[in-house]
Formats: sequence, structure tokens, C-alpha cells
Amino acid sequence: MAESIQEINLNNDSPTRDNILITSVDQLVNWTRRSSVWPMTFGLACCAIEMMATGASHYDIDRFGSGPFRATPRQADLMIVAGTVSHKMAPRVKRLFDQMPEPKYVMAMGACTVCGGPYIKHGYHVLKGVDRLIPVDVYVPGCPPRPEALLEGLFRIQDKMKRERVLDRERIGLRPKLLVE
Amino acid sequence: MTPDKVHEILKAKHAQAVSAFDPNPKHPSIKIAPEFWRVVAKTLRDDCGLDYLVSLTAVDRAAELEAIYTLEVMDGARCPIHVRVLVPRDNPLIATVEDIWRTADWHEREAWDLMGITFVGHHNLVRILCAEDWEGHPLRKDYKSPDTYHGIKNNVT
Repeated sequence: MAESIQEINLNNDSPTRDNILITSVDQLVNWTRRSSVWPMTFGLACCAIEMMATGASHYDIDRFGSGPFRATPRQADLMIVAGTVSHKMAPRVKRLFDQMPEPKYVMAMGACTVCGGPYIKHGYHVLKGVDRLIPVDVYVPGCPPRPEALLEGLFRIQDKMKRERVLDRERIGLRPKLLVE
Repeated sequence: MTPDKVHEILKAKHAQAVSAFDPNPKHPSIKIAPEFWRVVAKTLRDDCGLDYLVSLTAVDRAAELEAIYTLEVMDGARCPIHVRVLVPRDNPLIATVEDIWRTADWHEREAWDLMGITFVGHHNLVRILCAEDWEGHPLRKDYKSPDTYHGIKNNVT
């Protein structure tokens, strides 16, 4: 942010000194947006334990401008799909995703949500990758991923947020796609 | 209540119902013919004092399906006894015992959901783990996973 802000010093004695900053709307909006990523309270299986650890004081996701886990999809920016998605759960996950306001981001956390994980062959009840259901922005592999990995996933989401453009409602080039085979 | 004592009581009351007895000290088991299961269950609870159904599980034995009831005396020494009830695979009917041991309610639903054993007389025999519209009973040996479920491809190639 700092490098893109122009400071205007009209006059050293002016009362407006240090008070006028010029930046672009995109820069400002993206800065605010990526500094307060609100994930949804949404743990499906064992990955949720690591997600809780990431939110707790030792790893402290709040340091990176995220962390108020919201109990409603309508206030959330980021859906961390933490855990095995069963076929029974899939319609609920889809509904929660649909209820989130744009722009919304999805992180597939752990092997199960990435591709089915240990259930890939014999798990009759498991959705083989959450990207068959909802578009995924960032994949975080691991079984379960360590909190550091989840934080790294958050940084990638924030990188993506930096490239958002306010006037581009379609979010060209930023919208992930569903896996279609 | 030792397994031998249970076997003795059952032999005395329902001689034709008991088809096998295995006094294995770790997993003592008694095999009961399915048509006598309800009366035997009442005897097990009332006369043998086995008032706690620890678990109800099911096994696919190819030609037959087997329900295994693990019973214990609630405030006695830990000495579980297994009761095995085998039914033919093409017509797997077992009388319910949900009114004898309350545990059996959900356990019978689970055994029906995953193994397809029908518990006759159960008040609410619907799926408990799989989705309501799931087809088939997944833990049977010949079960094939569906290729798609609600339009989502299920198999990975």
C-alpha cells in the first residue's frame, strides 16, 4: 500500500500537511478487503481442529487480518471447507455457498475436499473433491494441513484479493471454475 | 452372569432356539435361530439379567446376513456375551427388539441402512446415516457405488 500512496506536501506550514493522500479506489478497497477476511464458521471433520488451532492464540490468524469466524454465510467472505464433504452434506454446503455475498472465496482445506483423500476409492458416501460442487479458489493439501499451511492458503486468497477491480463485477480472470469432466 | 450360565438358562427354556454355543473366554457367543429371537431376547433380559445392549452390528456372510447383539449386565462385572442371529441373504428378516432394549432403536436403523437387514416391527425403520434417497446398502460385499449422485460424478478415473 505504502509505495502506491502519493503524499502531497503543499506547504510545510499548511494545516493540510500529512493529511492528503492519493491512491486508487481499487488499491484502497482491496487493502481494506484483504485486511478483514471473515471466514465462515464451518468445520466438517478433523480438518476443523487444525482450523481452530489456526484461529487460537498460538497461530493467531488475527495477525494477518482474518479470524472473526462468522456464524452466518451472509457476513462471510471466505468459506474454508474444512473436512470431508459427504454426499449427504453436499447440498447444504452448496446452499451456504450460495448464501454468501459477492465477492466470495472458497478454500478447499485438506485432502478430502481437494480430491476425496483417503476415501477416493472406497468412500461411497464422499464427494470426490468439493470443486465438483462449488468453485474453489485455493487448494490447501494435507491430511490435515498444518496451521502454517492454512495461513499460507489465506495469503494466497489475499493475493487474489489484491487483483480485484471494483468496477469489474464479472471478476474476469479471478472467478474459479467448477470441475467439469 | 457367566456365558455358561446364560447358555444353561437358554437351553432349559428354549432348547430348539440355541443352535450353537462358543464359550471362547474373550468373545463368548450364542447362535440363535431367527424365528425364536424375540422370546429368547425377553429371556435374556428378564431371566439372565442382561439389561444392557452394548451394540448391535451386522456382518455379510455371503449366503447369509448376520446380526450380532452384544449384551451385558449394566451393574455387573464386564462380561459381554454376543448373540448371533443369521438370516438368509435373499430374505433378511429379524424381529425387532427395540422395545426390549432401547439401544436397539437406532442400531437397528443403522444395520438396515448399511447392511439391509429388515427389522420387523420397528416403529421407524428409515435410513439413519446415508441420505434419505440413497439406493442400496453400502456395507454389503456386492455393493457397487453409484456412478453419479444428484448429478455429481462419484467415481474417479
